[in-house]
Amino acid sequence: MGKIQLQSVTKAFGGVKVIPDLDLDIENGEFVVFVGPSGCGKSTLLRLIAGLEDTTSGTISIDGKDATHLPPAQRRLAMVFQSYALYPHMSVRKNIAFPLKMAGRNKQEIDKRVDNAAKILNLADYIDRRPGQLSGGQRQRVAIGRAIVREPAAFLFDEPLSNLDAALRVGMRLEISELHQRLKTTMIYVTHDQVEAMTMADKIVVLRAGNIEQVGSPLELYTKPRNTFVAGFIGSPKMNLMGGSDAKSHNADMIGVRPEHIDLSQSEGQWKGEVKVSEHLGSDTFLHVQTSDHSEPLTVRAGGEFPVHAGDTVYMTPQQDKIHRFDGKGLALR
Amino acid sequence: MARQVTKQRKIGMTVLAWAVGLLIFFPILWTFLTSFKTELTAISIPPQFMFFDWTTENYSTINSQANYFHFMANSIYLALGSTLLGLLFAIPAAWAMAFSPTPRTKDILLWMLSTKMLPAVGVYIPIYLLFINLGLLDSRFGLIVVLFLINLPIMVWMLYTYFKEIPVDILEAARMDGASLRQEITQVLTPMAVPGIASTVLLNVILAWNEAFWTLNLTTTDAAPLTAFIASYSSPQGNFYAKLSAASMLAIAPILVVGWFSQKQLVRGLTFGAVK
Ligand SMILES: Nc1ncnc2c1ncn2[C@@H]1O[C@H](COP(=O)(O)OP(=O)(O)O)[C@@H](O)[C@H]1O
Ligand SMILES: [Mg+2]
Repeated sequence: MGKIQLQSVTKAFGGVKVIPDLDLDIENGEFVVFVGPSGCGKSTLLRLIAGLEDTTSGTISIDGKDATHLPPAQRRLAMVFQSYALYPHMSVRKNIAFPLKMAGRNKQEIDKRVDNAAKILNLADYIDRRPGQLSGGQRQRVAIGRAIVREPAAFLFDEPLSNLDAALRVGMRLEISELHQRLKTTMIYVTHDQVEAMTMADKIVVLRAGNIEQVGSPLELYTKPRNTFVAGFIGSPKMNLMGGSDAKSHNADMIGVRPEHIDLSQSEGQWKGEVKVSEHLGSDTFLHVQTSDHSEPLTVRAGGEFPVHAGDTVYMTPQQDKIHRFDGKGLALR
Repeated sequence: MARQVTKQRKIGMTVLAWAVGLLIFFPILWTFLTSFKTELTAISIPPQFMFFDWTTENYSTINSQANYFHFMANSIYLALGSTLLGLLFAIPAAWAMAFSPTPRTKDILLWMLSTKMLPAVGVYIPIYLLFINLGLLDSRFGLIVVLFLINLPIMVWMLYTYFKEIPVDILEAARMDGASLRQEITQVLTPMAVPGIASTVLLNVILAWNEAFWTLNLTTTDAAPLTAFIASYSSPQGNFYAKLSAASMLAIAPILVVGWFSQKQLVRGLTFGAVK
């Protein structure tokens, strides 16, 4: 089981309120991602749940029981740190066995569980090495292994992939998703990378300055962002936001159109502009186009190869049913 | 612009370094040489450097006059005892300061260190009276406690600088993994800090070994360490330089050997961890 509830949780460091007031329900078995810009309080929130920080006020309950004042070890949560936080003086085997040893399990059971974790995570080849002799990806696996042997109520991940190179990150992302499907244990995953959030999450919690901006499935956040912050944060490249006459004609203070929802043409369209930069990825082409109507260049996606270059003139038309409308406070109009 | 290191400059620096090194080493060398002279040669003017009749007479006289090993055993007791007692208090104190600091932690550290600036003689009378009342005069236990207390600030400070370098994540991981506070300190922090603890131990053994105010003033025979052994050759009947030198050599020999083999840790310790 791993149902976690936060009620009116606040956290201040000295006089600085990092989490002003937060309510959140995490269901058993869910893969929840906290996403937001750096410094918005994601790690703090995760550490509050872990018990590594004390709440300033509010309650945290795990499986219906009040855990607000429980020490970390008694919350039955396992954490994977960004720095991996392996014990450098212990072999991989001892690292993974450590939580079981602390729990006073007998040697037979420890060996069985460690071997099982080693099998799931392909650690067998370096089980007797020290962390210092492992690559980043291998260390990450060991850290995950140390978490899974405990069979915790929930896993907490704090930016676990940010120290890995891009190729490895994609691989580990998949592995963690697979692990979740296999174990079906609640996972709370912190990242500043919205791509990780979109690809892994059942439920995304978008944070800004310690406040929840929106909670929803990846698709919900993509199709129905609650405000301009979420609209700009979710989706890559970013949504184009524009005010002025474009917005007025849609009866709004601000409208947003995603790069993939703008049709391109070389002969006619609503907006005319000059291509500043074209990024050719093969599968897609992204154009940054400066028009005379907008102060910022628009980002537009052309499927496949689109034969234009910097300096060319193109015409763009937004798909009317994909336009997001916002009021003066940045809230979505529906 | 990269700094130009000319050949002359390099040679100059090397000569200077050697000169300073020799200057600092000279007293030990002189003591060493004197310890092999007769009492007469030792005070001859002009002083004789290398070319005299070398004799080991001083060493044999000393050994027949006094029980060197009695003093040596006391030195070992005092140095190790006060250091181990120190670790018992300094590790938890440094843990708290490094991993659970308050805005005042730095002040407390400085305050602790500032007690080292008080001249020992300033608290001599109260401590002497205390020792009389508690019947601790000339007892190893009493001296161990005093040496432990005077070196405690340095131990805490040194361990603090080492602990500061240990990522707090690892201790938090241990906490998540169910380690109690004691297990966190004994099974995770201490093994990771072994190099730092080793140099702290080393420095404190040396400081305690060489401590010559309290060891001379609070002991007579039973608990007297090598410092008292040396001092006994500077007696009212006059100074016996050659024998004094031989006694000094015997007293510092063990610590010199230890120091030689652990130079690296010592430098780290003496600079409070500033050297990487
Ligand atoms: N122990 C602490 N003491 C004081 N301020 C802190 C502490 N931990 C975090 N903060 C502050 O809280 C804010 C949120 O930090 P954090 O939760 O680490 O952000 P994120 O993980 O989203 O990047 C930051 O402004 C940070 O400076
Ligand atoms: Mg963080």
